Amino acid sequence: MRRPDLTLATEDHNTPTLDIDLPIADETSRKQIDTLRANAAEFGVRIHSLGDADQGIVHQVGPQLGLTQPGLTVVCGDSHTSTHGAFGALAFGIGTSEVEHVLATQTLPLAPFKTMAITVDGELPPGTTSKDIILAIIAKIGTGGGQGYVLEYRGEAIRNLSMEARMTICNMSIEAGARAGMIAPDDTTFDYLKGRPHAPEGEDWDAAVEYWRTLRSDDDAEFDAEVVLRAADLEPFVTWGTNPGQGLPLSANVPVPAEIADANERVAAERALEYMGLEPGVPLRDVKVDTVFIGSCTNGRIEDLRSVAKVLKGREKAKDVRVLVVPASARVRLQAEAEGLDAIFKDFGAEWRNAGCSMCLGMNPDQLAPGERSASTSNRNFEGRQGKGGRTHLVSPLVAAATAIRGTLSSLADLDLPGDVDLTTFDGSPLDGVGAPGFDGDAPAVVDLGLPVLSVGPQA
Amino acid sequence: MEKFTVHTGVGVPLRRSNVDTDQIIPAVYLKRITRTGFEDALFSAWRNDPSFVLNQDAYRTGSVLVAGPDFGTGSSREHAVWALKDYGFRVVLASRFADIFRGNSGKQGLVAGVVAQEDIELLWKILETKPGTEVTVDLVERTVHADDITVPFHVDDYTRWRLLEGLDDIGLTLQHQDEISAFEATRASWRPRTLPAKHLPSVEIEAARPTV
Repeated sequence: MRRPDLTLATEDHNTPTLDIDLPIADETSRKQIDTLRANAAEFGVRIHSLGDADQGIVHQVGPQLGLTQPGLTVVCGDSHTSTHGAFGALAFGIGTSEVEHVLATQTLPLAPFKTMAITVDGELPPGTTSKDIILAIIAKIGTGGGQGYVLEYRGEAIRNLSMEARMTICNMSIEAGARAGMIAPDDTTFDYLKGRPHAPEGEDWDAAVEYWRTLRSDDDAEFDAEVVLRAADLEPFVTWGTNPGQGLPLSANVPVPAEIADANERVAAERALEYMGLEPGVPLRDVKVDTVFIGSCTNGRIEDLRSVAKVLKGREKAKDVRVLVVPASARVRLQAEAEGLDAIFKDFGAEWRNAGCSMCLGMNPDQLAPGERSASTSNRNFEGRQGKGGRTHLVSPLVAAATAIRGTLSSLADLDLPGDVDLTTFDGSPLDGVGAPGFDGDAPAVVDLGLPVLSVGPQA
Repeated sequence: MEKFTVHTGVGVPLRRSNVDTDQIIPAVYLKRITRTGFEDALFSAWRNDPSFVLNQDAYRTGSVLVAGPDFGTGSSREHAVWALKDYGFRVVLASRFADIFRGNSGKQGLVAGVVAQEDIELLWKILETKPGTEVTVDLVERTVHADDITVPFHVDDYTRWRLLEGLDDIGLTLQHQDEISAFEATRASWRPRTLPAKHLPSVEIEAARPTV
C-alpha cells in the first residue's frame, strides 16, 4: 500500500443503526467489518468504526473532517463519491479493482472526461430544495444523459445553496450517468471548511484560499454540452418509477404509458408501474406510503434534519406510517441532539437512529418488506433497492416530512401551516461537529491524536 | 488476467433498458469478503420469474449477453461484473453502458462492447427467433457475428489492447513509479493528509435502541 496517509476508512453500508454497542447480529456483515478493521490495522489505515464520534457515511465524514477540499482528486469504492465535487474536487466512484489500483499506486489510468455545464438560473420557489433541482435535472437529461461527462453545476440558484445543499446535488450526479459533478468553490465553501480539523491554518489557509479561488471555469469556457434550467419553474419533485429519471412534479399524475411515444420508454414505464403497484393517471398526491425514510449520503445532513424538524414540530404523524430519521454521521447526530431535534422527532413518533447508510440500500437490517412503499430522501428507486419487493419514491426532506404528516405523498403546500414558521429559509448556520457537545468556544478544538486508535474485532 | 481474442457462445437477449447494478446483483450479496462464487446472485430477483430469459433452457448456458441501453447504471459495485463472469458471461453488448460498469468490466476481462441500437435489435430478433444461436465476438476485428449478420462493436483502444494482451493494470502503472514519486513531491504542504489524524474531541455515542 503506497499512501496510508492519504487514505480513510469508515463503516457505513452494512452496519446496523440500532444496538451499535452490541456485536453485529448478521454474521456475514460482522465478518466483513472485522476484516476491514483487521486490514486497516495491518496497513495502518485510519478507520472510524461504529461507536466512534467520527463514524458515519464517508461522504459526510470526509467533508466534516475538512479532508475534502477544493482541487483534490477523491475516489472511493462507492458511486456517490461524486458528493465531494460540491467542494470543487474531482470526485468519483470506482470499482474494487480500481480501489486496489489506487491503494497500490495512488494513481488511476483514466480516459479524459467530457464536460457538461448545467446552469440553474434564478431563485428557488419556497418549499423546493436542491433535491428537487437534481431530480428535475435527472428527469430532463435521463439516467444516461451524463455518461462520459463531468457535470459542472452553476448559476444563481446554485451559488445561493449551502454546502449541504450543494452536496445533495453533486451526490446524485451519478444518477444522471455522470461519474462526477462539481461546483466551483466560493466563500460558502471556504466558510464551511475554515476551522475544520484538517483544514489548513494561518498562512497555509491564506495560500490555500488564494489557490482555491482559481478553481473556477473561465467566463468564456466552452463545454461539450450545456443544459439550462430556470429555478423559478421548479416544484417539489417525486419519482414514480424504478429509476431516478422517472420523476415528475408532485402536482402531476402517474404517467399513462399508452401516451408515451418512444417504444422503449413505454415498455420501461409499463414495467415500472407494475413493479410500483401504481395505476396510470392517478394523482401522485393520492399515493399512500407505509414508510418515510429521512437520511442517507444525499439528505442525512444537519440542514436536512433541521428542515424536517421545523415541519414536524408540534404536528401529528399519520397513523400506520413508520418514520425513520437516520443522521449521516455520528457528529451530525450529536449536533442534532444539541439542538433538540431528536426530541422533536421522537415526540412526532419517528425513530431516531445511529448513523449509517440505513434504508438507502438494503444491505443492513433497515429494509422495506415486499410490497411496502416508501417516501425516501435517498438516491435510488431501483427495484428492490430498499429491500426485496420494496417500492421507493425519491423525495426531498421537506416532501418526506409533509408525507409523514399526511400519509400520502405531499408537499408543504398541502399542510395547514401556522403563520410563525419560516418555511422559506432552511439553511441555518453552517453545520456541524464544530459546536457539537464536548466542543467549547468558537475556535476549533482540534486534537491531534497521532496515529488512529484502531479497534480490531475478533477474527472470524 | 486471461487474454481475450475471439469468443463464441450462446447469445442471451435481455430486452430491458436501464439494467442497474442493483438488478444485476442486490446489495445483500455485497457483504461477502470473497471475489468469486456470485453466480447464484446474478439477476437474483428476476430469476424467481420462470419466464425470465436465463430460466429458459435454450439460454441457460449463455455467455454473450445482448442488453438494452444504459446497462450497468447505479452503484459502482464490481460484484456486478463478478456475478456475470461467475455465471459464465464473457461479453455484454449494449448501445450504452454506465461509465463505472464499463471500467469495472475492463479490469476483469469481461468485454463490454458498444453496439448501435439498431444492430442490437437485429441481434435480439435472431436470438429470439432461433433460441440457442451462437454469437461470435471478435475483439481483434471488433465485430459480432450471429446467424447471417456481422455488425461492428466499439471498445476503446486502451481496454482492447489490455484485454488482447491479458495485461494487469497495476503492473503497467508500477512501471511509472519514478514519475508518480516526482508528481507526489510537488504536492503543496498544506494539502490534507488523513494521518496524523485530527479530530474534534471524542464524545461517547449513545446506542439507539428498538422503540418497540
